[in-house]
Amino acid sequence: MSVPVLEVQELTVEYVSDERAVRGADRVSFTIHAGEIFGLAGESGCGKSTIANSIMRLLKDPARITHGKILFDGKDVLGMDEAELRAWRWNNVAMVFQSAMNSLNPVTRIGEQFVDVIRTHRGGTRATAMQRAEELLKMVRIDPARLRAYPHQLSGGQRQRIVIAMACALNPRLLILDEPTTALDVVVQQEILEQIRDLQNELGFAILFITHDMSLMLELSNRIGIMYGGRIVELAPSRILHHDSRHPYTQALLGAFPPLHGPKVKLTGLAEGVKFTNVQDLEDHGDGHWVAPTDQPVLSQGEAL
Amino acid sequence: MSQNAIDPQTLMAEEPLDESTVNRARVSATRLLRTLLRNGKAMAGLSIILVFIILALLAPLLFPGDPARITSAGASTPSLQHLLGTTTKGQDVLGLTLWGARSSLFVGFAAGIFSTVIGVLVGLSGAYFGRGLDEVLSLVTNVFLLVPGLPLLVILAAFMPPGLGTVIVVLVITGWAGSARVMRSQAMSIRGKDYVAAALVSGERPLRIMIREILPNMASVVMTTLLGCIIGSIGAQAGLEFLGLGDVNTISWGTNLFWATSDGSLMLGQWWIFVPSGLAIALVAFALALCNYAVDEITNPRLRRPKHATKSTAATTVARKEEK
Amino acid sequence: MSFLLRRLGFYLLAFWASITLNFLLPRLMPGDPVTRMLSRSQQRLEPQQVEALRTLMGVDGGPIIPEYFAYLGRILTGDFGMSISRFPTPVSEVIASQLPWTLLLGLTSLIIAVILGNLLGILAAWRRGGFLDSIAPPLLVFIGSFPYFWLAMGALYIFGISMGVAPMRHAFSVGLVPGFNLVFILDVAAHLILPALTIVLVSLGGWMLGMRNTMIATNSEDYILMAEAKGLRPHRIMLNYAARNAMLPSVTSMGMSIGFIVGGALLTEVVFAYPGVGYQLLGAVQGLDYPLMQGMFLTITAAVLIANFLVDLVYVRLDPRVRKG
Repeated sequence: MSVPVLEVQELTVEYVSDERAVRGADRVSFTIHAGEIFGLAGESGCGKSTIANSIMRLLKDPARITHGKILFDGKDVLGMDEAELRAWRWNNVAMVFQSAMNSLNPVTRIGEQFVDVIRTHRGGTRATAMQRAEELLKMVRIDPARLRAYPHQLSGGQRQRIVIAMACALNPRLLILDEPTTALDVVVQQEILEQIRDLQNELGFAILFITHDMSLMLELSNRIGIMYGGRIVELAPSRILHHDSRHPYTQALLGAFPPLHGPKVKLTGLAEGVKFTNVQDLEDHGDGHWVAPTDQPVLSQGEAL
Repeated sequence: MSQNAIDPQTLMAEEPLDESTVNRARVSATRLLRTLLRNGKAMAGLSIILVFIILALLAPLLFPGDPARITSAGASTPSLQHLLGTTTKGQDVLGLTLWGARSSLFVGFAAGIFSTVIGVLVGLSGAYFGRGLDEVLSLVTNVFLLVPGLPLLVILAAFMPPGLGTVIVVLVITGWAGSARVMRSQAMSIRGKDYVAAALVSGERPLRIMIREILPNMASVVMTTLLGCIIGSIGAQAGLEFLGLGDVNTISWGTNLFWATSDGSLMLGQWWIFVPSGLAIALVAFALALCNYAVDEITNPRLRRPKHATKSTAATTVARKEEK
Repeated sequence: MSFLLRRLGFYLLAFWASITLNFLLPRLMPGDPVTRMLSRSQQRLEPQQVEALRTLMGVDGGPIIPEYFAYLGRILTGDFGMSISRFPTPVSEVIASQLPWTLLLGLTSLIIAVILGNLLGILAAWRRGGFLDSIAPPLLVFIGSFPYFWLAMGALYIFGISMGVAPMRHAFSVGLVPGFNLVFILDVAAHLILPALTIVLVSLGGWMLGMRNTMIATNSEDYILMAEAKGLRPHRIMLNYAARNAMLPSVTSMGMSIGFIVGGALLTEVVFAYPGVGYQLLGAVQGLDYPLMQGMFLTITAAVLIANFLVDLVYVRLDPRVRKG
């Protein structure tokens, strides 16, 4: 096995207010290896974005990390001071946000935003930074002349590709994609995923891919973790997860999306009123398949509720 | 955090919501009032206003007779007999200030309330009916917003017969546009909500939709606008009267200041004559601003002051608890 | 471009509305304004003065439409009639001699208040709960609650009368010949400090709170988070990303508040006997000089509209989104 790029151990994030603390993520553990695509899936509010943002330590007050470790190449991310963190961000881990549409500064030209990040980390002249930006744009098949454009002059798909190009600017070891295609239509979604795959082949970074769309997830990821209520309920290589899911929540999630290819299947979901409380730690089911024990009935695939 | 059932529809609907609009819309009038009563700033503001109102009501008891009556005890410094001293004409300054509260508060609140009501009517109907009506109303609103207030006040007041009524009318003419603009944009955002569409489809009458569906969800905005209008009216009234364009025969804070300057108190260094009325205006305006501040904080949680000083770019705090 | 053209059209419309209001106001009021004025006026008026008034107010009872166009024509050629209080000086001449002082006072205080207020707002929002964020807003709101002219009176009393360190009145010392030399400029600056300071103090809170609140909203935008993820330096994120965007609403509201500041400047001028339009306004009110009041209203309105157009020009430079269409 290759070296892990990212190790998340028992990560717990709490949103603390005067009256109470809400756990956004609860003892979440997973590793991502070099060049691997790891997916995190689950419904809205299950804590997948909390995980993504806490890896880069971008969460704001009242959120705080109350337990666990984040190791990047063996280095403790939670122990870094501000300057170390700044130097580490984007250089090693870059992120494409949920609404990458709005992640570009609306009042500055695209080119400037490339120059900004390249010169902050790598120094050099404006001209060399611009040159690098042109290369990057070509990589995502956008006319380098667009560097002179403002974000509003570009389509949603173009903006998304530019953000992805920007994420590749410093050759990071890990790319976090937080719902990178949610705001886009299906055709553009496919193009973007294609592009991400190409770039990954070329540059060899690992990916943490976050989505609620199971069909996209199965298509792209090598391994997948399913989150529910801040916990991981099932973790497995995607092929195993697809055909041999053991947790009823995973099965419901798989049943709630039509497959992109193959015959028509009746959609299923979780039955009315079904909730999982007090999710236990994962148990080893062999072949890298981990499942949280549950007393809810396990369904066979495709069964209607 | 956990829903009853996952259906693809809700999973897909991860559209970012505009937090401030949603929050503002959800704070209903009664809840807003209840929360306000527990807010320190709001309570401080309300108490100050209440004290002024009580003093204004008690003025005839505390200072019976005509407070403007000219006596021989001219320009005496504050003493036990005249707590705030007397004016050049020998009028008791405290008496003038308390009597002045009556007309200043009355005109301020009346003009503020009328301006807000007109603003609500114009804003709501523009936002609700849209198209031509909205275009015309917006245009008129924007023109009134742009025309500088004080010079407009001056020519209006100059041509209309002097009196308290004129002052109120003139203040409303110059003051309604600001509230109309705020109301329109707020009503526009609520107009686009699903429950309004539902009411429309179910055949409710426009007036009913406006009053029952849209207006209650604008409670906090109406409140801040009203407070703002009252502050503006009190200030504008004082400015107008200071220039001698009010009714110089009524006693108000503005006319007190007008007489203070025209009698030369300022140049003679008689500070006790002009300080009280100005301070009173400022205190009432500040008290109203405090209430406004409180409403803003309640409806927009982001504006609340954090417990600890935090830099905007601070990294996530790591606060590991003791291992169990 | 079309944005600017649209704005320009709107300003012209607003100006036309002001002229029309000016024309209609004396004609719509019940009774004969000239007679009323004569009865309220303490001084005796010359027959020519009365005649000038009658034409302006339209008491002669001519048909209203042609009269309206004649009036429009006169205004557009800068003819506002004769001043009553300074008869027979034309109103436009009276205003022309005063306008520069008002512009000087208004612009100086506006620029200082805008820059200072926005800076304070940026810093307060950047460090939420810090010293600036906790102390400045309530303090400035309190100061901002005072009427402009009252704060001016207080300042004049403390610095001019009690301490005697500030000039008491006018825009420059008596006996000094206006000219472009250091002595005169310094003297003008010394006379400007107090009036400008009071305007800045009263209006500062509004600017600061406005900027602070938009900055707080902007800080939760995705591009700010992305800038942080990019590992940019904090001050760069604050200025180039957060403040640069939060500035836009601030610039928009600048147009609206110019009218307000002008009002404050007019009242402040009265207190300091500053020889601008506002001080003359007091004279016009006391002398019942309606033509002068109307002329001032139109001139100030025009100035505010022009200032708004200038603000629009700045806005177009700042926000690329309005540049095309």
